[in-house]
Amino acid sequence: MYEKFYRSLYRIRRVEEEVARVYPTDKIKSPVHLSIGQEVVAVGVCEALRPDDVVFCSYRSHAAYLAKGGDLKQMIAEMYGKVTGCAKGKGGSMHLVDVAHGVMGASAVVGTTIAHAVGYAYALKFQRKDSVVVSFFGDGATDEGVFYESLNFAALKKLPVIFVCENNLYAIHTHQMRRQSNPNIHERAHVFGMPAERIEDDVLRIYERVSAAVQALRASEPGPFFFECMTYRWKEHVGPNDDFHLGYRTREEAEPWFKNDQVKRLAEMIDPRQRERIEQEVEAEIQAAFAFAEESPFPDSVELFTDVFMEAV
Amino acid sequence: MERDLSFVEAIREATDQEMGRDPSVIVFGLDVDDPKAIQGTTQGLVEKYGQERVFCTPLSEDAMTGVAIGMALAGLRPIHIHIRMDFLMLAMNQLINIAAKSHYMYGGQIHVPIVVRSMIGKSWGQGAQHSQALYSFFMHVPGLKVVVPTTPYDAKGCLIHAVRDNNPVMYVEHRLLHFQRGPVPDQLYTVPPGKARVTVKGDNVTLVGISYMQVECLRAQQYLEDEDIHAEVIDPIWLSPLDIETIVASVRKTGALCVVDNGWTTCGASAEIITKVTERLQGIRDMRVRRMGFAPVTCPPTPTLESNFYPNGRTIASAVYNLVKGDSHNWMPVERNDLKEIEFKGPF
Repeated sequence: MYEKFYRSLYRIRRVEEEVARVYPTDKIKSPVHLSIGQEVVAVGVCEALRPDDVVFCSYRSHAAYLAKGGDLKQMIAEMYGKVTGCAKGKGGSMHLVDVAHGVMGASAVVGTTIAHAVGYAYALKFQRKDSVVVSFFGDGATDEGVFYESLNFAALKKLPVIFVCENNLYAIHTHQMRRQSNPNIHERAHVFGMPAERIEDDVLRIYERVSAAVQALRASEPGPFFFECMTYRWKEHVGPNDDFHLGYRTREEAEPWFKNDQVKRLAEMIDPRQRERIEQEVEAEIQAAFAFAEESPFPDSVELFTDVFMEAV
Repeated sequence: MERDLSFVEAIREATDQEMGRDPSVIVFGLDVDDPKAIQGTTQGLVEKYGQERVFCTPLSEDAMTGVAIGMALAGLRPIHIHIRMDFLMLAMNQLINIAAKSHYMYGGQIHVPIVVRSMIGKSWGQGAQHSQALYSFFMHVPGLKVVVPTTPYDAKGCLIHAVRDNNPVMYVEHRLLHFQRGPVPDQLYTVPPGKARVTVKGDNVTLVGISYMQVECLRAQQYLEDEDIHAEVIDPIWLSPLDIETIVASVRKTGALCVVDNGWTTCGASAEIITKVTERLQGIRDMRVRRMGFAPVTCPPTPTLESNFYPNGRTIASAVYNLVKGDSHNWMPVERNDLKEIEFKGPF
């Protein structure tokens, strides 16, 4: 039972570490906003979802993309700018997409996709489907007006959408306390009359609470639901390095998060032979994905002009 | 079968017929289901199709544009209505950063079949924020289509095409065009991009009129006939994609081009049209060009200033007279009773 959590957490962590390792070679021609330290939220949530559920992401989307089932080879190829990338090299790391697996896109402009999630949920309800939508966003997004507009409309129409705020305390380098008069983000959702709770750094608790919400929605109970998941970004805002030297945050602040690393915690909860097997499989998969990206071609120059419009069907 | 409909009735009929034909079409926006029914363009729709397909929204243009995009991703075809084009400023992030770009930046995996209707206001003191025509903003960004129909026939056909188009379409109406009447077929038909309309044929000057300025250009054409100047009046209909070939062919014949935009001239649709034509005909055909549009100021509500803010049939005729004669004359036609401005007495 814990194997699936470990596999997903370990896989994301290792992919991100490999991205960081390769980055100085300039093979990845795209800014990268790594999910190292934040994998827990995406994994806890996505393990509670079905393949036909969908997620909308922020620019820090690698964890959600992978946890939801996004294609790993296509993700790495996209970051390498290759035509075999999930967006044919035309989106880059900040605009990962895998519609076949329910990863419906990511935006660099903070907060933008929250409204898309609400619209998709409206359509699902209209179509009488029992699949659900998850909207991932950070604490920074809860400063934006579109956040409030989206929550209001979702609550007004009782839509099957689960809002998941990954609160890592920082919007780039600016702490929550300097941006928000009330740092209890989940309380904002109470104002709109939806159930909202804060969950600390615990992948199994996230899974348990989100599963309950998903079950309720599938049973046609009214949505939405809101979860504020506390987490911490280990690396710099963008790029593969540490940035404690910048001084806006301290290692002391980060230590408890390193200690409570859920990847290590789950590793200890499963049978060592299963663990070894999982790790070997994941390492092989990652190696194959990076090799795929390396060997794939760049898009032909004619691709500059394609996909501006969808041609008539 | 054709019958005379107003522009408003043509929009309403297009919407009703498409909603009847395609159950994925949704209509929403501020006040779409209130008693005034967006100047009558949504009359009867909520009664016929229900509140899930026709609904009013909170004052949340940013999120509701995002909602339209999300719906489109899930297979619906939303028509999002704004009673003022000025309000689109609140929706720009979603329109420019997502709707326009999704098909490209997601490598073709995503498309956004949304229609955004908005209305340009004019006269009776509409003023600064109820008068703007910002379609050149949308022409500027790859990935958006822009249409400015001027006749009831085009209003219905362009809207039906817009709804069926798999890309985001900015459907821009003009409040005073809502009163136009004209023949409209009762069956479904489309007016797709790619063909501008030559409204009146002529040999001496090409006169392109955009949105409501098409009406003013037709007035100008009549004034110019009195002076034996025969203007060829062209209605671009779709601004993006733009049928420049029809305009180029006309200017090749006439050698003179006046574009009258229903907006500011700086970086406007008129600048785009004139540049495209010049690029094609320079060195091939002698030509003289002129653009007209709003005065380069904020629109004032007081009537004496307001009337000078806009080109009209007489000022257009005067400018074209100079363009054709080649130098500066003080000719201004006397206003003819049969060409008087539509009197709009508000309140809206």
